[in-house]
Amino acid sequence: MSTEHKQQSRPFDRLTATAVAIDQPNVDTDQIIPARFLALPRAEQVPHLFNDVRYREDGSPREGFALNAPTAKGAQILIAERNFGCGSSREHAVTVLVDNGFRVFIAPSFGDIFHNNSFQNGALPIRLPAERIREMLDHLARRPDASITVDLESQTVTGPDNWTQSFEIDSFRKQCLLQGTDDISLTLTYADAIAAHERRAAAECDWL
Amino acid sequence: MAEAQGATAATMFEKIWRRHVVVDRPDGYTLLYIDRHLLHDGSYNAFRRLAANGMKIRHPERSFATPDHYMPTNTRDKSTIADPNHKRMVVGLAEHAASTGVTIFDIGDRRQGIVHVVGPEQGITLPGITLVCGDSHTSTHGALGCLAFGIGSSEVTHVLATQSLWQRKPKAMRVNIDGPLGFGITGKDVILAIIARIGAAGGTGHVLEYAGSGIRQLSIEGRLTLCNMSIEGGGRAGMIAPDDKTYEFIAGRPYAPKGEAWDRALAFWRTLPTDDGATFDREVTLSGPEIAPMVTWGTSPEDAAPVTEAVPDPASASDAARRDGQARALAYMGLEPGTPIAEIPVDRVFIGSCTNSRIEDLRMAAAVAKGRKAQIPSWIVPGSGIIKEQAEAEGLDKIFTEAGFEWREAGCSMCVGMNGEIGRPGERIASTSNRNFVGRQGKGVRTHLVSPAMAAAAAVTGRFTDVRRLLPA
Repeated sequence: MSTEHKQQSRPFDRLTATAVAIDQPNVDTDQIIPARFLALPRAEQVPHLFNDVRYREDGSPREGFALNAPTAKGAQILIAERNFGCGSSREHAVTVLVDNGFRVFIAPSFGDIFHNNSFQNGALPIRLPAERIREMLDHLARRPDASITVDLESQTVTGPDNWTQSFEIDSFRKQCLLQGTDDISLTLTYADAIAAHERRAAAECDWL
Repeated sequence: MAEAQGATAATMFEKIWRRHVVVDRPDGYTLLYIDRHLLHDGSYNAFRRLAANGMKIRHPERSFATPDHYMPTNTRDKSTIADPNHKRMVVGLAEHAASTGVTIFDIGDRRQGIVHVVGPEQGITLPGITLVCGDSHTSTHGALGCLAFGIGSSEVTHVLATQSLWQRKPKAMRVNIDGPLGFGITGKDVILAIIARIGAAGGTGHVLEYAGSGIRQLSIEGRLTLCNMSIEGGGRAGMIAPDDKTYEFIAGRPYAPKGEAWDRALAFWRTLPTDDGATFDREVTLSGPEIAPMVTWGTSPEDAAPVTEAVPDPASASDAARRDGQARALAYMGLEPGTPIAEIPVDRVFIGSCTNSRIEDLRMAAAVAKGRKAQIPSWIVPGSGIIKEQAEAEGLDKIFTEAGFEWREAGCSMCVGMNGEIGRPGERIASTSNRNFVGRQGKGVRTHLVSPAMAAAAAVTGRFTDVRRLLPA
């Protein structure tokens, strides 16, 4: 195992930004980026975020879709309903959001693979209670230009009405995000433990 | 006595997890060892990233590759792939496999197929192992009693480099199917009934173990179908305790143990099933005899109902969010509230995918198609070259082609349409695949998920038909 791997991901600590609300449950990764764009080079995928719900057949923006509102420009936070990012494991769903400027996703729950993929790309997925999400979505419907602050160190989200809500995050993932550590660099420090496991397993299950 | 048992009783998930812990960190994260790893043409980028970072594959002999997503299913000639980006994925996979020593079942090799069909078929998938793949339907493999789950592309690179993954231990949930399944009921109907009950996020954060007499009754093919769609119920993984059916299925497969190693493996595998008295974080029970042939009516796999029922009326939904969701789904699907499912006309049929493209699936579909005529364009896409050969040896291809079905080559095809095989906007497809998401089978396409038998019934009648009326008794 090479120990020269030093790839760092972008650290995350604190962010104040506007938000885009995707007010629907079960938004799957096929909707975030349809399959026909997945073979494109990453840079060419960027305009296709939510492509089929965002644009009409002729390519013109569909009115009423949150990302097409003028206030969506510069938004770095995405707020969604339950089970956001469910379905296909395609990591492009996270990278296309990140490449469109989003660094924080807030929802009552996420698809497990999307949740994991977020951390791999320096993005922070936050689970908040459904009632709090409802309040935020209702508030954003009235005031789409409202700012939200996310502080990873103190694990808090501060909303436009100045309420503050704490959130849970694995301390492992928190430290990796704060320091911009990527998993492979960390794992390489455990090379001896992996080798020891392999010796043990080879003795126990010699048919593998 | 009971207490003492309870203290040591473990679930199958717990037993497999424990054996694969490399490091347990105080912060609750585990470095988990990965025994076997599957790659497909969509994994090309992870391969490329590894090479770009100058890293080596730690154990090339533990990874196996086969192209499935991007290869067209009307040809076996890679040079005919029109889209250069698609061709790069298929050709690039083979090039990286060749230069790194990873085993590949490439186009033209009879062992090529959908990665989740190939793993069990080759004996790569075995009880008690950890297995991952950069594809959410990796949950399929748990049907043989292993811990198998889908990962993202960065994690694929991580597994290639380190043969391990950082994981937070999921919770465990048991889904019991009590009592025998009725005539004509398949693994597909069972999993759709489960997802309709627990919801598309019902298993989030959990590994699902399926148990009970209704599960034991299922063939290995049926169990693979069931575990395949665990992800559609939000589950991290799905698993079923190995039994004699499992061992019989595995015996003699190319990468399975043989001779004395088989005996040692078998002795170990018999220790895997969940102990009596082990506890789960959640438990759900469905009645086996009550499960009917299922059809999805909406745009989430949780929108499933028996073929004998009608699509719901949003007006009678329990809350506003549900009402809006149902109304949006019905608008996309072009369905009126309250329409009996058996009155919905179908435009096209797709039988295939990692969910339902195995030999038993094809036999079931052929039993319905035999002596009848497809009323609408209907495709059969076998899960692997070996399944295709076996079906042809059994004469199933003749039954299908005489009934007007199209008999194609192995691949993912119209389940996800990455290879360009998609439906037309507004087209209504009865599909044996796993996702009825908006646009999944092409922009504006309306997907209804069904079993292979129900798909064949739709093909020969042009609408959803209760297959129990068409199957030979």
